[in-house]
Parts: sequence; structure tokens; C-alpha cells
Amino acid sequence: MNYTDSTLIDVLQFLFMGIQRGSIYAMVAMGFNMIYNSTGIINFAQGEFVVLGGLMMVTLTMAFNLSIVFAFILTVLFVIITGILMERLTINPVKQPTVIRLIIITIAVSIIIKGAAMCFWGKGSHYMRHFSSTEPLDFYGATILPQTLWIFAILFFLVVAYVIFFNYTMTGKCMRACAINRDAARLAGINDRKMVMLSFALSAGIGAIAGIIITPIIQMDYARGAMLGLKGFGAAVLGGLGNSMGAVVAGVLLGVLEAFGAGYISSHYMDAIALVILLFVLFIRPSGIFGSSEAMRLKEF
Amino acid sequence: MSNSILELEVLCKNFGGVVAVSNLSLRIEKGFITSLIGPNGAGKTTIFNLVTGFLEPTSGHIRFSGRIVKHMKPHTIASIGIGRTFQNVQIFPKMSVLENIMVGRHLRSRAGILSSSVLPPFLRKEEKLIRAEAEKQLHFLDLSEFARVPAGSLPLGNQRMLEIARALALEPKLLLLDEPASGLNARETIAMGELIEKIKQMNITVLLVEHDMELVMDISDYVAVINFGKLIAEGPPVEIQENKDVIAAYLGE
Repeated sequence: MNYTDSTLIDVLQFLFMGIQRGSIYAMVAMGFNMIYNSTGIINFAQGEFVVLGGLMMVTLTMAFNLSIVFAFILTVLFVIITGILMERLTINPVKQPTVIRLIIITIAVSIIIKGAAMCFWGKGSHYMRHFSSTEPLDFYGATILPQTLWIFAILFFLVVAYVIFFNYTMTGKCMRACAINRDAARLAGINDRKMVMLSFALSAGIGAIAGIIITPIIQMDYARGAMLGLKGFGAAVLGGLGNSMGAVVAGVLLGVLEAFGAGYISSHYMDAIALVILLFVLFIRPSGIFGSSEAMRLKEF
Repeated sequence: MSNSILELEVLCKNFGGVVAVSNLSLRIEKGFITSLIGPNGAGKTTIFNLVTGFLEPTSGHIRFSGRIVKHMKPHTIASIGIGRTFQNVQIFPKMSVLENIMVGRHLRSRAGILSSSVLPPFLRKEEKLIRAEAEKQLHFLDLSEFARVPAGSLPLGNQRMLEIARALALEPKLLLLDEPASGLNARETIAMGELIEKIKQMNITVLLVEHDMELVMDISDYVAVINFGKLIAEGPPVEIQENKDVIAAYLGE
């Protein structure tokens, strides 16, 4: 094997790793955007949805020995119900829902979920079996886990489902209408509160899926939510808040940059790289690379 | 009791110490065009906000089709048959013109969240039906050529038409139009007047707030004049034009 070959293999390997991490950031960012669009707030409990998804899946597959498909569905439902409860119990009853109040509530909820997860699942990290074989596949000299392919496929499926839902279903159109102009939507007979609840349900569902598919690779523990949430937030800002397709591209990009940074600079700086990128975006182009500055001005902060 | 669709009974609305609407009683006759006029700040838009549930009255009642409307959210009020447009156009600028109207029809579809999101698009008759109805509405308003265009890119006159179309998609019994002609040029204003008369022929009662007196006197069956939140005159346009109180309110004493 000569020098150029091994460089190419490294690049490929980092690319796979980056897209795999980036897919998770992309899903977290999509969750952020859904709630941001319907309420104008950042839901800081988004990372906790991911953790809950991962841990619940561990319990159902490893302790109860359910099949992957069945456990997958149950886990997503469980986290969706958690999301709905969160909205009904903590967001909906707020008398004067200012942005800052709601954001602080989401921080409180994230701490509660984290605490509850620690009590229930303990402090250790949990292993989960892969969806299919754990035998790495060879791809031009680089290796790729079947689980990584699952992650790519599920991200792709989610993006397609997202586009179909928001463009071709009445409920999706109503949610978009609510995000663009709340008053006009109410006037058109749309129950805006219901749309907010739905956005929490959907973003909890996406968070759960992200947690489920990444757990076999990273091993989930109760405290991972904050970092996952932060990276996902970085992706959401990079892609332009509220722009979910931008978030997907930005999430994958962030993951790839992180992986190359870890590979060529030092893996110690991996988390720092994502945060430095987030800072630079906020300094230079706070509307994100795909967001329009006009849309930014219209939002509440 | 006559054939009234909307009744305001000693309606009051205060904002802190400011009285925006005071002891206002008014009946809107079914099937006619009634205009609400008055100087700026007289409380016209406040009345619209009260009727459509964006504000709660301080005291008094609003009765729609004989039923008292109280503690209802705007979307519920929309569902019982009151449509509305705003003074400054409120559309969904990033959605296509057709989608704007489809959203307006959403209440008239029976499909719930589940059936509309779980079923694949080609199996959804409901959505096709809504699309077809929305296309009909566009045709009625001569906006068919713009169906796929983002609503925000239309000229103001057409945006207003679109807002009205969306309100009509609700199939309301009563339509509240808040200054539909403001910002329109002479030709567009005439078209707006014709549209409002067409809406009346569809058996929809229209309540109009408008500053363009020519348009008001031209198309209204009844005119109610409001000043400082109080009703100072009501009657057919001809009577109103000669009413001393009205002239005083507009020109100053």
C-alpha cells in the first residue's frame, strides 16, 4: 500500500465517520427547527429526547428482548408521549408565553428528564446490539459498519417523509401556515395550540429516532443530551434557524468537519471544533449559511 | 326580531383607562352589505377583533346567528362561520397562492391529523377535493394564472384578493373586511367593489370597514357610523350622508 492510497483511505474513513455523526446532528437540528417554527423558542430538552430514545431502546431490546422493529416503534411512541406531556404540562399552561420564559422552562424540563433518566438507568453507559451484523464492510479500503448504513438510510427516509408531510398533507400545510403567520392561521380556523403540541410530538419523535440509531455505536448514557443538543443547535444555527433542509446539510457538514478535525488535528479538540464553528457563524453570518437575513429579522430573537 | 346575523349588545372594551368601545349596540342584517365607518381611532378594528375572538369584551355580548359568542378562540369562531381579512394584509407569503387557499379550506375537510399524514398522497381523496375547490376559488377571483407563485410576490391588490379568497374558502356566513381598498389604485378599488357585491350575491353577509367613502356609499346597504367607540348614526347611505352628527364627526364642529 503506497502513501497516496492510505491518504485516500483516511479521507474516506473520516468522511464516513463525519456523515454518521452529522446525520445525528441533522436530526437533532430538525427537531429544534420544528419547535422553533411553531413557537419561536429553542427547546433545550431536545438532546434529552435523543437520550430517552436511546435508553428506552436499550431497555426494550436488551432487557425485554423485543425485536428491533417492535422496540423501535414502542420507543418512538414513548418519547412522543413524553414530548406531548412536556408541551401540555409545561408550555401550554403558561399565561404569558414570552420567548425567554418558555426557553427557561425547556431548560428546567431538560434537567428533570436528565435526573429521571439517571435515577432509572443509572450513571453507566449502555450497550445495545446493532440493527444487523456488526461485521464492518469494506469500501475501497475504508471500513463502514452496517449500522452506519442504517443511519444514512434512516436520515434519508426522514428527510423524504419531512418534505412529503410539510408539502403534501393538509396538516403539514397548516403547520407551515402557523409558522409563517400565527394570526392569519387562527383566522383560517387552525387551532394553533394543537399545532404547537404536534410540533413537540414530531420533534420528540425525530429525537427518539436519532437516539435509537446512534446508541449501538456510541453507547448511551444519561448525560449525553447536553452535548448532542448543543451540536444539533450548532447545526440548526449553521443551516439558518427554522430552515430544516438547511439544517440537514449543515448537520452533515458539521459532522464531517468535526471528523476531519479530529483526524488531522487532534481528537481532543473534536467538541471544540463544532463550537468554534458555531461561534464563527454567529459572529459572521448569524442568519446561517442557508437562512435569509430577512427571515431572521422577522423572528423574535 | 328581524333577520339579523350579528348582534352587538351594549358592548364595551377598555384598554386600561382608554375606552375603545363603549355601550355599543348594533344589528347586522343578514344578506346585506353593512359598512362601519368613523374617524381614525373610533374603534372599528377593535370591534372586528372582538367579533373574531382576538380580544375579549370587557362587558356586553356578541350574538352570532342567535347564539352568544363568548370565550371562544379565533379558530373556533372561524369554524362557526365568521371570516375576516386584516387591514394590513395577512397571508402566508412563503406558500403558493393555491396553498394559501387550501389552508383556508382546512376546516371544511373532515380528514384528521392521522389520516392526512399517514396515508400516502395518492390515496388521499380529501386533499384532491380541497385542491379542486381551491382552484375553483382562484378562478372565481381571476387569480388562476398565479396558482403556483409564492403569495408574497403578488402585487398588493392581488394579495388582498387572495386574503379574501382564503376567508371565502372557510365558507363563512359572515365576512368581515377591514379596509379592503386601502392602498389600492382606482382601478383595483373598482374591482374590489365588484368583488364585494359578488360575495353578497353568494348569500354571504358582509361587514365592511372602509375609508374610501365613494366605495362605501356605492356598495353598502346600511352604514353605521362610530365615533369614540359610540354609535352615532345608522341607516341607508343616503340618510347618513345628510346626518348632521356624522358631518360634525368627520369635519369637526
